[in-house]
Amino acid sequence: MRMTGAEALIKSLEKEGVEVIFGYPGGVVLPIYDALYDNKKIRHVLVRHEQCAGHAADAYARATGKVGVCLVTSGPGATNLVTGIANAWMDSVPIVAITGQVATHVIGTDAFQEADITGITMPITKHNYLVKDVNQLPSTVKQAFLLAKTGRPGPVLIDLPVDISKAEIDFKYPEDASIPGYKPTYKGHMKQIKEAAKLLVQAEKPIIYAGGGIIKSEAWDELRQLAELVQIPVTTTLMGKGAFPDDHPLSLRMLGMHGTRYANYAIMDSDLIFAVGVRFDDRVTGKISTFAPHATIIHVDIDPAEISKNIPAHLPIVGDAKIVLKDLVAEIKKGKTPHSDKTRWHELIASWKKKYPLHYHQDGAIRPEYVVETINKLTKDMDVIVTTGVGQNQMWAAQFYSANKPRSFISSGGLGTMGFGLPAAIGAQIGRPDAVVIDIDGDGSIQMVSQELATVAANKLPIIIAILNNGYLGMVRQWQELFYKKRYSQVDLNVGTPDFVKLAEAYGIKGVRVTDIGDVSKILKKAIKDRKPILIDFMVAREENVFPMVAPGASIDEMLGGIPGASLSQMIDEEEEEVGSEAHLISSSGK
Amino acid sequence: MKHILSVLVENKPGVLARVSGLFSRRGFNIESLAVGPTEDPNISRMTIVIDADDLKLEQITKQLHKLVNVLKISDLDPKDSVERELVLIKVNAPPDKRAEVVETANIFRANIIDVSKTTLTIEITGTATKIQALEDLLRPYGIKELVRTGKIALARGKLAET
Repeated sequence: MRMTGAEALIKSLEKEGVEVIFGYPGGVVLPIYDALYDNKKIRHVLVRHEQCAGHAADAYARATGKVGVCLVTSGPGATNLVTGIANAWMDSVPIVAITGQVATHVIGTDAFQEADITGITMPITKHNYLVKDVNQLPSTVKQAFLLAKTGRPGPVLIDLPVDISKAEIDFKYPEDASIPGYKPTYKGHMKQIKEAAKLLVQAEKPIIYAGGGIIKSEAWDELRQLAELVQIPVTTTLMGKGAFPDDHPLSLRMLGMHGTRYANYAIMDSDLIFAVGVRFDDRVTGKISTFAPHATIIHVDIDPAEISKNIPAHLPIVGDAKIVLKDLVAEIKKGKTPHSDKTRWHELIASWKKKYPLHYHQDGAIRPEYVVETINKLTKDMDVIVTTGVGQNQMWAAQFYSANKPRSFISSGGLGTMGFGLPAAIGAQIGRPDAVVIDIDGDGSIQMVSQELATVAANKLPIIIAILNNGYLGMVRQWQELFYKKRYSQVDLNVGTPDFVKLAEAYGIKGVRVTDIGDVSKILKKAIKDRKPILIDFMVAREENVFPMVAPGASIDEMLGGIPGASLSQMIDEEEEEVGSEAHLISSSGK
Repeated sequence: MKHILSVLVENKPGVLARVSGLFSRRGFNIESLAVGPTEDPNISRMTIVIDADDLKLEQITKQLHKLVNVLKISDLDPKDSVERELVLIKVNAPPDKRAEVVETANIFRANIIDVSKTTLTIEITGTATKIQALEDLLRPYGIKELVRTGKIALARGKLAET
């Protein structure tokens, strides 16, 4: 069929099953927007800043498991999208970003709105393409989707010059893509898996450290089978929240810098770490040289480059988490090796859980933790998606919201992009219209993207925007309090911050301010029931800190805070004696 | 430790930038890099010399493999490979010194490829040590300009193949 490049692009997207594009028009993408004008199959969601097209596509992909698609113009459109792409890159999210480009004959002349976006995004895409021949367009789209969603997923960019969009082509969509240099390994090596099975059942103090890879390969059932079969406690990363139910008896919840004390103690004291779909990020390991000194490490990942990148693995297994875990469970079920007695390990963990639960002060002020806890209580058993900003709001959400289902917690992990929460909520809500989507955000984060309230209003998205408003760039303030002698440099946002209720109303969205702890539950309950866009401005205790916390550069069992009933200085002293002695106790008894 | 990586890549625009960009952003140093098409015009060979310990080499290789345009990587073992570099040296050679310089070049089986009133340009191929030796001997005359291709290398043919 004869058509223009722009029409061929849209047709190719249809063939890939694309239902939604998040985008923003401009000069060189006019032919594409013209092709979209009459299209009945693909919905276009107009954002108000290109960065948010990237984040929305990113969260759409995380919420649905499909590939997210965004479309922007050349030059500033493309450079504005860079943060969105980088965010998807760091968290391995499959998106296809389409950027317009100036006409091929003026590329390289610093033409109006020209930017070398393939050059700029080379380090933050899995691959990118500059299409210089319209006949290559369908196969390029085919390849882009294949690359984005297979292997270790990631963003792929297609840069499309305007003359290519206008050129004519006999459209035929290829059946499959041939990419000679691309062969991900899915099946794990059986010899390694057998060895892993043996190590797992024999270990006395094993722990599973699971991450975003579980959600990407949809391996949550297999992970749970493994944990329950061998009775191994599971800790998850921020990206792995939802990979294993936070409320499961074997769950240790999140580990790392703001992880639970019991997760951090357990991984440090373990004799075997089964790491799957994780990358030993510095926010997880703390000081590398002291990390888990007694543990044998089994590392499963689809990306061989992640294995032994930060911490050497004793037993590497390259493969897809779902396939490897299935093989591993089958191998363990053969029952070749007798299971070790893990009673003492579970007892020790239970004692840590009892002694160091996540908690916060309850003194009548609205503590941000209380808001998250209330959201958690009120949404139990609902189809919920929580998105977050970045900073304290994100860590409180990670600590006090129990993700018990996969794809229910969407946060910017690797890049730590402030402003992710609102566009992510938009992408998630459009991908899963029936889900209750709650953006737990900060007053700093949301101001980076508040223009997207227009997108919420225009699309009547029933998102609950819960701002934990402390009038500070809270996490930076917390670091300044703890490590920079309370010299609060450039973190007080109170002056200049808009009245968020009025701001919401300016966009035609309902806004409510909550200043009394007694109203928190009531207002949230109503918001969840109403299914209409709402912004709730929770005026929370200003100088609340996120605890526990591992100081930068410290070992992850050296945590500040998080001991019920103790002041900060007491906590630091106590921790050293008590944990030291307990760990000593079990390691001497175990050997 | 020095390693010579022989990397087959798709012969497409931007591939060199992808490879060199990967090295710089991950903090790997390239000592030399030579690139050109192979017997198959769709495929180029990059010969990359790097100084890296085993862990770092492993990481470099794995990261290179992730580039979609990279087809094959071999870490060439010096014992089982042949390597060459080509160097052009423009050296001062006034009439009274010219014979000396030519004689030195001849000892190394180097070629004189350009002559002017005051200079000679010498072409030499060989291993790094041979080239270094000639360079050292020519330095006292005054080297005006020097250019090298960077090392290129191939694994030796297997006995069965020859």
